Amino acid sequence: MLKIADKEFSSRLLLGTGKYPSFDIQKQAVAVSEAEILTFAVRRMDIFEASQPNFLEQLDLTRYTLLPNTAGASTAEEAVHIARLAKASGLCDMVKVEIIGCSRSLLPDPVETLRASEMLLEEGFIVLPYTSDDVVLARKLCELGVHAIMPGAAPIGSGRGILNPLNLSFIIEQSNVPVIIDAGVGSPKDAAFAMELGADGVLLNTAVSEAANPVMMAEAMKLAIEAGRLGYKAGRMPVRDYGVASSPTEGLVTT
Amino acid sequence: MEKMIDLNGNSYPVIPEVETIQQLLEHLGLGDRILIVEKNKEILQKDHYDAPIMDRDQIEIIHFVGGG
Repeated sequence: MLKIADKEFSSRLLLGTGKYPSFDIQKQAVAVSEAEILTFAVRRMDIFEASQPNFLEQLDLTRYTLLPNTAGASTAEEAVHIARLAKASGLCDMVKVEIIGCSRSLLPDPVETLRASEMLLEEGFIVLPYTSDDVVLARKLCELGVHAIMPGAAPIGSGRGILNPLNLSFIIEQSNVPVIIDAGVGSPKDAAFAMELGADGVLLNTAVSEAANPVMMAEAMKLAIEAGRLGYKAGRMPVRDYGVASSPTEGLVTT
Repeated sequence: MEKMIDLNGNSYPVIPEVETIQQLLEHLGLGDRILIVEKNKEILQKDHYDAPIMDRDQIEIIHFVGGG
């Protein structure tokens, strides 16, 4: 089970809800993924086009935990404001702190992320900061008392996979709260790799929504995360430089 | 008297029958939608939707959209 604060989840896949080709495909992808935590963004409503369908309103909200993000914020104060807005919906008390510090790479602002996390913890939020793979920053966030830490594998939406497995493994090793690899996952192998490193979960969006077949990819990601987790728990064999025969070297029938 | 408010960045005339936030939401056909309301930069909790709408109020209606 994945435990975040006092909430328990059987799925270790957290799924984003942006950029799907259609609501119908999105609904199927969410169902097939078996994700229980779904991320959303907070935006001004286009009131004069209010008849447009809204994905959240089509969900059975008893089955999902909403994880609103603070995307769009560039300061701690903006992130706190977005988090308060999300909480006022009465639907969630968790928040993904997402404060972008570089508009080109979309890498997170470490200083503002740390400040926002501290402010949100003081207000009683369940705080899940999206952060870089910086090991010291991750430790400082843990020391603040965040409820999970979400280091990126690679820039958001890049699909480049895990760029720094060593840093991620250090973060996993030192963390006393769940580590969820967030952003940059491109394919099932990346998700499985994250879990084999010992991550507690994976948060992804574009890898599914931008796949040629998002529903099939949602299932692939679910299976990859399960496989990676099992592989991690099973304990992999050592890596060697040279071959070691799997068949007996005694009793050879050749001359 | 008709009030003029700022609604999500647009000037919006409020008919006299609409006196509260709740009535405004219903008037806009948003009564059963999942949303959050901000009035003059203050977030309104659900039990404060009976707050009166005054001339020149700045109202923001916010919701959840797809995101990662």
